[in-house]
Amino acid sequence: MAEAFQFELVSPERLLLSAKVTDVIVPGTEGEFGVGAGHSPFLSTMRPGVVKALSEDGSKHEYFVRGGFADVSASGMTVLAEQAIPMADLDAGYIAQQIQDASEDVADAKDEDARQAARLVLSQLQELQAAIKAS
Amino acid sequence: MASLKDLKNRIASVKATQKITKAMKMVAAAKLRRAQDAAEAGRPYAERMGTVLGNLAAGFEGRDDAPKLMTGTGRDQTHLLLVCTAERGLCGGFNSSIARLAREHADKLLSEGKTVKIVTVGKKGHDALKRGYGQYIVENIELRGLKSVEFSDTKHIGDLVMEMFQDEKYDVCTLFYAQFQSVISQVPTAKQLIPAQFEAKDEAQDGSSEDALYEYEPGEQEILETLLPRNVAIQIYSAILENGASEQGARMAAMDSATRNAGEMIDKLTTTYNRQRQAQITTELIEIIAGAEAL
Repeated sequence: MAEAFQFELVSPERLLLSAKVTDVIVPGTEGEFGVGAGHSPFLSTMRPGVVKALSEDGSKHEYFVRGGFADVSASGMTVLAEQAIPMADLDAGYIAQQIQDASEDVADAKDEDARQAARLVLSQLQELQAAIKAS
Repeated sequence: MASLKDLKNRIASVKATQKITKAMKMVAAAKLRRAQDAAEAGRPYAERMGTVLGNLAAGFEGRDDAPKLMTGTGRDQTHLLLVCTAERGLCGGFNSSIARLAREHADKLLSEGKTVKIVTVGKKGHDALKRGYGQYIVENIELRGLKSVEFSDTKHIGDLVMEMFQDEKYDVCTLFYAQFQSVISQVPTAKQLIPAQFEAKDEAQDGSSEDALYEYEPGEQEILETLLPRNVAIQIYSAILENGASEQGARMAAMDSATRNAGEMIDKLTTTYNRQRQAQITTELIEIIAGAEAL
């Protein structure tokens, strides 16, 4: 049995999850990473994706997050997400809507930098959509 | 002297007013609970954000490559005042106290020869500042008809503030709102948004040794650059949530005292009414008795 640590998932509106967990998988900007107890202090931004947490009692929590960052410190781990939705409440329509918004962002982008950034978000969302369909 | 009929009408109208203020108080009390929950639920995020940024920013102190949002533009000539108020009135001194704080701030800056620009959020703040400060107002944002304010509803305010900063339309941005303390006390607050100020780290004692070992992905600089604009949006959002709770609290207190006031007024008017009626009866009796005696 792996050691448990404190994990919190927070969105601007509320605290979504605060629990003792053994494992957390986070979609970092530079690739997914897993966090266990005693991880070294670490701070990473996130791309749109799914945060998976395995709590101490064995139950699994999955949240779709968009934008934000993960902060791992000695006292525990905190994910601050701009948007966070439990996977159970998530449907294909929502992702489709997000993709629609993202493509509009690409079209509306004023300069090359902004367009590049919007395109990146769009591709990440599309990847996610494919992943959800496959599962 | 008012006639009996006038008094009766008066009592009826005060009673009707009392009914309205009582209903408004109940509505405000119900809304307050929701707004208070929202404000409290939003606090953890803003606090965490502050701590993380505080840690990050400490590493950049005094460095030339620190983002502009943190260090400022190097001038403090043009000030942007972001004044958040309510959309509706009848909530005691809530709107006017925020507006007063903003006005004092603006006067101080103007007397120092600085340029002032005002962005108002909420109709009442716009109304209060329009007279006398109308030429400084560059934008008015209304959040009308929203039942509960979501982060996405306020994001465009943050975007606007950021855009103006990037276009170098101002150097310093200050946010005005009312901090919710309790139903009877809301504190008008001015908070500097840009350049960002971070409170001294509280966690420095327990974690000072590990701070240096923090790993960043992608780099420290990139994270700081993405987080700072987000922090601006979050600060605005949490200010608006605080404002929501404060507004309902202020309205509840105001309506409570209005209801009590109306009650006192009704009592007083009823006493006058009864006295006058008695006087009228007495006069009539005297007239009848005098008439009978004359026969």
